[in-house]
Amino acid sequence: MEAAQAQWVKVHPLVVRVTHWINAFAILIMVASGWRIYNASPLFGFRIPNDLTLGGWLAGALQWHFAALWLLVLNGIVYVGYGIFSGHFRRKLFPLTPRAVLSDVLAALRGKLAHDDLAVYNAAQRAAYLAIILCLVVLVLSGLAIWKPVQFQEIAWLMGGYEGARLVHFFAMALMVLIALVHIVMVILVPRTFPTIITGRARRMS
Amino acid sequence: MKKRSMETSLADHRGKLIRSIERRLFLKQGLSLGALALLSGCELTDGEGVQKMLLAMSRWNDGAQAWLFNSTKLAPEYPESAITKPFPFNAYYGEDEVRLVDAASYKLELSGLIREKKPWTLPELYALPQTSQITRHICVEGWSAIGKWSGVRFSDFLARVGADATAKYIGFECADDYTTSIDMATALHPQTVLTFRFADQILPPKYGFPMKLRIPTKLGFKNPKHITAMYVTNEYPGGYWEDQGYNWFSGS
Repeated sequence: MEAAQAQWVKVHPLVVRVTHWINAFAILIMVASGWRIYNASPLFGFRIPNDLTLGGWLAGALQWHFAALWLLVLNGIVYVGYGIFSGHFRRKLFPLTPRAVLSDVLAALRGKLAHDDLAVYNAAQRAAYLAIILCLVVLVLSGLAIWKPVQFQEIAWLMGGYEGARLVHFFAMALMVLIALVHIVMVILVPRTFPTIITGRARRMS
Repeated sequence: MKKRSMETSLADHRGKLIRSIERRLFLKQGLSLGALALLSGCELTDGEGVQKMLLAMSRWNDGAQAWLFNSTKLAPEYPESAITKPFPFNAYYGEDEVRLVDAASYKLELSGLIREKKPWTLPELYALPQTSQITRHICVEGWSAIGKWSGVRFSDFLARVGADATAKYIGFECADDYTTSIDMATALHPQTVLTFRFADQILPPKYGFPMKLRIPTKLGFKNPKHITAMYVTNEYPGGYWEDQGYNWFSGS
């Protein structure tokens, strides 16, 4: 009995698991409705297929976008607040060196990245999770600049004005979606990581 | 006496317990319903409950924007060289359907919580002190364009006709059957201008002859053109796009 218990290790704290899934849900709504908003006045020479979008038309998409915004931001505040004040970020995402990220990414591409202890993120994971947090911060700030280019004109100014903020918002979205896709592919490649973000624990590999 | 009070307190307690159990059951059912709704994707987005939630959030966002609105914060102004040429035409109809308003017979009607409801002719409006601005027009679709508008500061006009500045809304009716409405705080903002000129020329029909209310602190569709009547009210007036689901406040 005692031996069986000892084989379980805690991987993800409850706050991280709950905020992860709320975040995933909010991002899904934000991206799908955001693509519909993009289609109303495309920045570049392409549109997103309407089947991949949410809202039905521009007004519907805007309603979804500005409703899910609150979910994304409030959930993000809880997660980042927890991450900073509990030491979660410091323990899990750092230290982080470019050399370690490079060697882990190369190892992953060769299929040789060891991931024995699920409670410890490798350098590639640390970089990816940190990047997605930064993407979301930039998305919220550029979003505020687009939503309120007068009230938050200082933020817009930092991004080169209203039109600059639109570009920043687009590219931060593109990078975030790319990282999220890689994240999902990695979970499919290492499926034993998936239950841990729901139950919070994993069987120790011996 | 004492016993009775204890009995009632026990009964109270039991009531609370039952209510708490009922609440838990309700929550559980609610969660199952939520899970079901998630499984049937289409119904999730088309359901009446979801539409109500989205509208409630839009109303909430009206409140959040009114709270964020700073009546002394000015929209950025630009040099003449930044003006977008040609300035895009935009309306709920095509450019070939632009309404022509007859200048000679034109009158601006006033109603509602306004002291002097005498209609205004164009020469009377042109005779008022004029101001100019070069600001960015931002469309709800996302695109933007910079233009130059000139006219009378709206807060001056409202003071002149004795509009009740404590009222909540000002509604607009336009010659092209367009309607919209704004909050009083935005109406009194120093850059909200009742404009008669675009790029130093009398407004051409496609830009809203004889007048466009230029509000650089709101999205383009909140800037009515061809205005024929305005009214001050405390009852939510809505508008052409607002009634179809666009956010009412739509402030910048």
